[in-house]
Amino acid sequence: MNAEARNARWNVLGLLPAQLIMLATLIVPVGIIVLVSFSTRGPYGGFDYVFTTAPYRQILFNEGWTGELEFNPQYLIVVARTMILAAATTFICLLLSFPVAYFISLQKATAKMLLIYLVTLPFWVSMIVRVYSWIIILGNDGVIAKTLHALGLVDNMGSLLFTDTAMLIGLVYSYIPLMILPIFASIEKLDPALVEASHDLYGSRLTTLRRVILPLCRPGMMAGSILVFVPCLGAVLEPILLGGGKTMMMGNLIQLQFGAARNWPLGAAISIVLMAAVLVFLVWRGLRAIRRERAEAAA
Amino acid sequence: MDNNGSSEQAKAVEIRGVSKSFGSYQALKPVTFDIRENEFFTLLGPSGCGKTTLLRMIAGFEQPSGGEILLRGADIRGLPPHKRRVNTVFQSYALFPHMTLSQNVAFGLENLGWAKERREARVADMLRLVHMEQFAARRPQQLSGGQRQRIALARALAPEPEVLLLDEPLSALDLKLRQAMRDELRTLQRQTGITFVFVTHDQEEALDMSDRICVLGDGEIQQIGTPAAIYEEPSNRFVADFIGETNFLEAGVLSVDGDNATVSTPLGVTLSAPQKRAAVGGQAWMSIRPEKISLPARPGQIAVDGTIEGANYLGGYTYYVVDTGAAKLRVSKRNAASRGRMFEVGQPIKVSFAAESVRILGA
Repeated sequence: MNAEARNARWNVLGLLPAQLIMLATLIVPVGIIVLVSFSTRGPYGGFDYVFTTAPYRQILFNEGWTGELEFNPQYLIVVARTMILAAATTFICLLLSFPVAYFISLQKATAKMLLIYLVTLPFWVSMIVRVYSWIIILGNDGVIAKTLHALGLVDNMGSLLFTDTAMLIGLVYSYIPLMILPIFASIEKLDPALVEASHDLYGSRLTTLRRVILPLCRPGMMAGSILVFVPCLGAVLEPILLGGGKTMMMGNLIQLQFGAARNWPLGAAISIVLMAAVLVFLVWRGLRAIRRERAEAAA
Repeated sequence: MDNNGSSEQAKAVEIRGVSKSFGSYQALKPVTFDIRENEFFTLLGPSGCGKTTLLRMIAGFEQPSGGEILLRGADIRGLPPHKRRVNTVFQSYALFPHMTLSQNVAFGLENLGWAKERREARVADMLRLVHMEQFAARRPQQLSGGQRQRIALARALAPEPEVLLLDEPLSALDLKLRQAMRDELRTLQRQTGITFVFVTHDQEEALDMSDRICVLGDGEIQQIGTPAAIYEEPSNRFVADFIGETNFLEAGVLSVDGDNATVSTPLGVTLSAPQKRAAVGGQAWMSIRPEKISLPARPGQIAVDGTIEGANYLGGYTYYVVDTGAAKLRVSKRNAASRGRMFEVGQPIKVSFAAESVRILGA
């Protein structure tokens, strides 16, 4: 056996621990969910290993007593609402994060460290507590309502709480650090000479931002968008606490199926659809990036 | 070409009492000089001498702490970089990685509002000028260092700046390429007729390319002049030391007569030679360049006895260290014959030099 082949064998062996961890923590659990999604619902929750595609059918159709299928858009509405809220959250995070990240990058080294620490600070507190705090802010007796009332600006504004807006605010608040950090990283990587070169070549501040800074920060913005969009799809807390449980997102729907509705296979099926949607999105982005790189290499 | 020129020549840039401080540190003491139209002007000095700061103030990236900068007679203080008709070739080239080469070159023209047709024609001209026309659709990452350098030049020259600023543009290239780019830069300057202001710490580059050199040291102007004047008639010890190589020997000034001074030297001879800033009783050095010392001694010159202490063979030249007892002299000897007469270490030898090759430099 030559050295190269021996090396190749060692490479495989060396990667084995990592692969085992992947197998145990990622592939096996997903496999179980797939299995459950194709099983029959148990009488008291749980599931029986009897193959059926019924859970997937249930996402779109109600099954009548005689077995006829009736189109049921309810779950689809939840999916659409989830997508819209996740997209809106991502967009708002993007708008807010860029100036914040740019501001931080302009500071001196110590101030920079401190500010980045402050951005990540909320992660040190339980997510439930953080989302709960918005109830105090947005509620009828909350800070916003009372302030506006005291100023005499608004007499009775109605509650901000338990609306889609409240959910959106909660989502933006929860996930914005995940947008700020990658954008900050991409701004930090930006060569200051490029900004100077743009000014030198008669580019105004706006031109420089539009034609040099923003395009070069795109990788950070893309990474941040994925980091915000994907967990938003599975958000559970914000709809319960800030949406008041009146409107559901996909996360709540899944939780409901495993909990109160005791329909594990349907919950699993919705989970799989959600994962598949995310996967399709990521693969599409990945392929696009590869194609662009190839096109550039060919030029 | 008349490099010394007359003072009536048009001025591209006027630096008037310009200084720069960063906090309590004065990077540049007030300096005053002119850069003429169409000349290749070099700011030369060791790192930290203020040359890059000066360049960045002309470009508008830094504001002077005092004094004024005039571009073709107009005060440009307070103007942001994008409103100054100067362009910069950056040390790192700073090409936009997300744009093709032609987009890079077109960038300045677009911002100036050039019409599409005129712009495209100019970009094509510029790419042809730097021999890069076949790479127009590539991106900077796909280029070698020398190619990037050329695109950076094309990009900066495209908007027809009144002055082109070059910040150590050759320092990232390897030796062979650097030599080729020197010739190319010089040719480009002649072809375009644009005033070049070139910053470097490499004295050889400066001597090779410049019409005039401004030697900066310790945040001050040490000397401004043609390459030959700077090398042959250094105005002080700093310049003589920084430009090329030389032997310094402490000298005692006996008398000063106009441009000449008579000094006693540690070599045991008294000689009269051109002087700068020498004063009787003051500290002074005699400076003699290694190539101006004859090995072996020539008749009619001031001769000194010594022994060969060391030899460094450098291909075209051999550097000898000759110990004269009182001082060690570095002597360079061209290896003219394929088997030139080599001197052995330890060999006793006589070296000589002409008094007019010596410069007396006061402190």
